[in-house]
Amino acid sequence: MAHAATHDHHHDDHHGAPKNFFVRWCMSTNHKDIGTLYLVFSLLMFFIGGSFAMVIRAELFKPGLQLVQPYFFNEMTTMHALVMIFGAVMPAFVGLGNWMIPLMIGAPDMALPRMNNLSFWILPFAFALLLSTLFLPGGGPAGGWTMYPPLSLQGDSVAYLVFAVHLMGISSIMGAINIIATILNMRAPGMDLLKMPVFVWSWLITAFLLIAVMPVLAGAVTMLLTDKYFGTSFFNAAGGGDPVLFQHIFWFFGHPEVYIMILPAFGLVSEIIPTFARKPIFGYKAMVFAIASIAFLSFIVWAHHMFAVGLPLGGEIFFMYATMLIAVPTGVKVFNWVSTMWGGSMTFETPMLFAIAFVILFTIGGFSGLMLALAPADFQYHDTYFVVAHFHYVLVTGAIFAIIAGTYYWLPKWTGHMYSEFWGKMHFWNSVVWVNVLFFPQHFLGLAGMPRRIPDYNVAFANFNMISSIGGFLFGASQLIFVGVIVHCVFFSKKKAMDRVWEGAKGLEWTLPSPAPYHTFEVPPVIHDEELAHGHVED
Amino acid sequence: MTSGGIRPGGIKRAVTAALFALTMFGGVALANPQPGQLNMTRGASTWSPEAYFLNNVALGVCVVIGILVFGAMFIAMFRFRKSRGAVAEKWSHNTTLEIVWTTIPVIILIVLAYLATGGLRTFADTTGSEMTVKVTGYQWKWRYDYVDYKGKAIEKVGFMSKLDKESDETRQLDSGLDPKNVQVDGYNTYLINVDKPLVVPVGTKIRFVITAGDVIHSWWVPALGWKMDAIPGIVNSAWTNIIEPGVYRGQCAELCGQDHGFMPIVVKAVPKAEFDKWLADQEAEANKPAQPAAPAAASTAAAPATAQATDAPVSQGHQG
Repeated sequence: MAHAATHDHHHDDHHGAPKNFFVRWCMSTNHKDIGTLYLVFSLLMFFIGGSFAMVIRAELFKPGLQLVQPYFFNEMTTMHALVMIFGAVMPAFVGLGNWMIPLMIGAPDMALPRMNNLSFWILPFAFALLLSTLFLPGGGPAGGWTMYPPLSLQGDSVAYLVFAVHLMGISSIMGAINIIATILNMRAPGMDLLKMPVFVWSWLITAFLLIAVMPVLAGAVTMLLTDKYFGTSFFNAAGGGDPVLFQHIFWFFGHPEVYIMILPAFGLVSEIIPTFARKPIFGYKAMVFAIASIAFLSFIVWAHHMFAVGLPLGGEIFFMYATMLIAVPTGVKVFNWVSTMWGGSMTFETPMLFAIAFVILFTIGGFSGLMLALAPADFQYHDTYFVVAHFHYVLVTGAIFAIIAGTYYWLPKWTGHMYSEFWGKMHFWNSVVWVNVLFFPQHFLGLAGMPRRIPDYNVAFANFNMISSIGGFLFGASQLIFVGVIVHCVFFSKKKAMDRVWEGAKGLEWTLPSPAPYHTFEVPPVIHDEELAHGHVED
Repeated sequence: MTSGGIRPGGIKRAVTAALFALTMFGGVALANPQPGQLNMTRGASTWSPEAYFLNNVALGVCVVIGILVFGAMFIAMFRFRKSRGAVAEKWSHNTTLEIVWTTIPVIILIVLAYLATGGLRTFADTTGSEMTVKVTGYQWKWRYDYVDYKGKAIEKVGFMSKLDKESDETRQLDSGLDPKNVQVDGYNTYLINVDKPLVVPVGTKIRFVITAGDVIHSWWVPALGWKMDAIPGIVNSAWTNIIEPGVYRGQCAELCGQDHGFMPIVVKAVPKAEFDKWLADQEAEANKPAQPAAPAAASTAAAPATAQATDAPVSQGHQG
């Protein structure tokens, strides 16, 4: 069936792709090229955001201020978060979705290809604007990525920050509309919703989250803008406003946002583990239902970021219970991944290694999440390094490890060449060791009483900070291996990839040649159930 | 014990016994951060053990689940590898198993929720306090105003509390000073010492009313077991009842601008008699006729002077 769909691949793998570099890459409407643009952009942002983190870890290497002034330190923490969240993790998932969703559901392209181009090209401008603030008089935003007023309103870069956030939001919403339209309208005949790969499901649900909450963020930052420049008092107590109002609105966006950054990762891991276990995913329907439940719950737990603002008792109790409830569907997912491995026939190529590390380390991040959900204990954890450790376990060893796993998994399909398995494994082992050296001691720092976002600390915190910084530098350096592996695979690798790159790989994308031709599925493929990633779905 | 939310007995005692080993590591009642400290402090107030206890219970639960889940994973990775000749099985569903592993976590969560709810209820109850202190956060110092004590209003006792001079000099970029040398009685107080600490009596339920003058701060002393945001335009309340005399240190916990990291909090808890004397001295100082003008700013203006007077003995003391 692949041959029917891609009749021209024998002549030229890139048949139909414009030869002109500018036309091909700047004016593209092709989902694969736009996916590549997203992925390259997010890799660039990953290193820019990472270099900010290196500044932070270098300053925190030992007590006393050695390198930067406290204000610049705050700019670094703020920009690190904004760049990593909106520039690295989200665009990486959009890139993977753009590349793979049409291939996985048998669609020729995204439903709205021109909008796809626009939603990507907004991003470089948004980040150019945001990063330019570092070079402007007054400096960049330094009030934290959460932008709590009144502090964030003291900055001189509010207008730049707000405009950049608006652009990122517009880009995300357009991307989400495109993904929903593609999944709901462009599936090949026979690709029922409950036959879709889990990754496609996870993106469908994530896209709805994006459309629901990005406008909320837009509203919150617009109110910041009018408070700063137009004399309104939404968040100004002296004018009858309420600073806590901002936090409620922000976290109504912000909590679903953290699930926007992890649900597609669940999808990725649910593709990779069955492939290398050579066994269909355990409990397909439970997986889909769990993702949907987590997405629903994410809307009603926002105030667990605000246990210390002085919520009424009833509020604390409600948000605590709702938050704890998320552990149930998340636990189900973890149990299902373990059951998928159980009774399989496993091999441990690089994508599988990253996926397994994801399951273990993300679960550790989930454990600290459960601890944080308990409001009386959170009175101690809140705004300490315990929280920093928690969200880096779920975002770095969660989201980013899954993105890396997905990249290794599909890289041969994208490029037509195998990457170097040796260097892939080098990248893995270095990452997994140093990321733990980096973040695990931060649990102890938080429990011992070190607040987050401080540029300097008491000498009692010195030893763990030094260990953490060493882990940070080496984890950062390990990612250079990743770039090396990708560059080698794209430009230099001689080893041709087969169509079905991995022995146990199932799903429509593996019925195509490698590299995937520029145009695919112009004739819809015929779906055979045994070709699907999760086998037959019964009851 | 004032906190009755978690009734002694039943679940609590059983879990405490089960977690004895866990609570041992780093969990001694240390009032201030220690090098290499691994766990939360048990604290020094009547309520702080609630947070500590919940932390240990939740940690224990997580460790047990982690051992089971990761154990199963490692067994799977060892037994079912292709290189050992494992052949993939076909099943992908098991209703009984799925019901079990949904139900058991729910039961565990109900137990945790029960314990946490008790802790929350006692914390929310600020009634029956014998003393009120108003805490106001400013960029980047704290202001303490004594409002009432033993049912009697206190006038004009209030002062600013900011980073001590030695830490402040040491913390400057390229100061050339070693943070390790900032010590009080052999205990390093770099960035966690102030010029004038908050003095409170032990064995007294103290109500804090917490607000801020410019941006949001958060008042946090780990030994008391909680932090509370100080928000402009809003007055939050919280309480503590410190059991043991000592010096308890903390820091602002909400990003509040460039000097956020240099906004420590020091609470000096003293026996009641000593506190009565201290308060009487402060009142006498405030009521001296030496301040003819600016009555509104009197207590603020008096702060530096009184700071000198009381600083020396206070910064000497520390919880050993």
